Amino acid sequence: MNKCVERLYNGIIRENPTFVLMLGMCPTLAVTVSGMNGLGMGLTTTAVLVLSNAMISLLRKVIPDKVRIPAFIVVVASFVTIVQFLLEAYIPALNDALGLYIPLIVVNCIILGRAESYASKNGVILSIFDGLGMGLGFTIGLTAIGIVREIIGSGKLFGFGLLPASYEPATIFVLAPGAFFVLALLTALQNVFKAPSATNVPAGEGIACGGNCGNCSGTACAANHGILEAERAAKKAEALKKAKAAAEAKAKAAAEAKAAKEAAEGKEE
Amino acid sequence: MSNLLNVSASPHVRSQVTTRTIMRDVAIALLPAAAFGVFNFGMKALITIVTCVAASVLSEYIYEKLLGKPITTSDYSAVVTGLLLAMNLPSSAPVWMSLIGSVFAIIVVKQLFGGLGQNFMNPALAARCFLLISFTGRMTDFAVDGMTGPTPLAALKAGESVDVAKMFLGTTQGTIGETSAVFLLIGAAYLFVRKVISFRIPCAYLAAFAVFALIFGGRGFDMNYLAAQLFGGGLMLGAFFMATDYVTSPITPMGQIVFGVVLGILTGIFRIFGGSAEGVSYAIIFSNLLVPLIEKVTIPTPFGIRKETGHAK
Repeated sequence: MNKCVERLYNGIIRENPTFVLMLGMCPTLAVTVSGMNGLGMGLTTTAVLVLSNAMISLLRKVIPDKVRIPAFIVVVASFVTIVQFLLEAYIPALNDALGLYIPLIVVNCIILGRAESYASKNGVILSIFDGLGMGLGFTIGLTAIGIVREIIGSGKLFGFGLLPASYEPATIFVLAPGAFFVLALLTALQNVFKAPSATNVPAGEGIACGGNCGNCSGTACAANHGILEAERAAKKAEALKKAKAAAEAKAKAAAEAKAAKEAAEGKEE
Repeated sequence: MSNLLNVSASPHVRSQVTTRTIMRDVAIALLPAAAFGVFNFGMKALITIVTCVAASVLSEYIYEKLLGKPITTSDYSAVVTGLLLAMNLPSSAPVWMSLIGSVFAIIVVKQLFGGLGQNFMNPALAARCFLLISFTGRMTDFAVDGMTGPTPLAALKAGESVDVAKMFLGTTQGTIGETSAVFLLIGAAYLFVRKVISFRIPCAYLAAFAVFALIFGGRGFDMNYLAAQLFGGGLMLGAFFMATDYVTSPITPMGQIVFGVVLGILTGIFRIFGGSAEGVSYAIIFSNLLVPLIEKVTIPTPFGIRKETGHAK
């Protein structure tokens, strides 16, 4: 059972799809106009993810390797259609709020990514927990972004007035640009605190700026520069060592040749 | 050491023109229209202008201090940004709105992208659009001393007649700096004399817009309508002071003309077919984004290279 808990931890914290893997950015940017929408989208995706992971894990020995992606898509699309009809029947308000983005869950890269990298290689129970963990991680990410945008953009929290009436909501935060502002701010904070994320690879494995000085500035620049310098110095030292070794070997060979020649000359004399 | 014996590497002759002098000239050129804005709208306009300038300079200083970057507040660029932003706000704008706009312009649009010379769109206009989308009601509230009235452009769009002479002088409703065409033209003339801006962008912009308005305006060859469109709204302010921003306009001569024409067409589309009466700010920030592409296709052919092939022979 410990492995199942590990899957949940992995999905929610260690490889959180929104904050760490930065997957599924399309729904993240599009539907998080309010906390409720974020929560609804996250839970819908979780349901699809759990079901499709279970189904794909069951079928993993049947699906031929060459056509696995179309097969995954068919499975995911079936579940999305089922979930969409359920939403339409029982939570029509959420269905209207999410609109087009429910059918678009089919192409959500988190779902396909988990099918490809986990469910098609592991057992059913573990795959279900993997889907659950990833889905809940996604839900937390979407809800958090939705709450921030809702508070700034309309002064409410889950539809209830939170800030005093004298607060004038900055409408831009519930429109498309606000999504980018909040997400960019979040990523910037992650980079500042050096939290693991797709844009902030820890030192040693690579550098966030990719070694391109046009990509970074400020304190990160100094840090990245230090890493680059250290790498360069290490390479240089290695090259020097090699050159030295080569030179030594050459000198040795030359000395030997000379000795042999001298010996030969001595013989001749 | 005596100057005669001083040995240094080239260049030995330096231009007197620096960022500082250019930005100072722009600020001076903006002053007549800003002063008229204060005259037209009263003390509230002055408060808005002072708040925007002070907040812009202060946020630039604090950001650069915090990040340990060289302090560039003395090059007047933040002053110009603050002044332009204030001239793009209605006089009824509360102080907190000026503060938010200035901080957004300097920190988000300018400094986060690397400071002066790196910003991909005009900071003052980006801040105006940010405020316009966020606080639409306040940004389009042109009430002065309790008197409300439509801006000339809104009246024109509604099909009413407007007084062009009044619009030229500037005693109409609008944002603080945009109403007075004559004082904006005086400032622009100063910039032309000081060779801070060239004729290419403003002329291409105004000409393209005039042609567009004549063809699609639906008023035929009505000079009164055309003049009202040209002097109304932020077109004069935008064409001479904001479209010509060095950082966010093309550097190639041909590119500047293309840029101006794109601006004119976009402004025409936004004004005539769009939902609101004004479209200059959106047209300019949209065209700012096209600048790298425009520059790419308008690279001038260097001397000695054949035009047809583009290769040195």
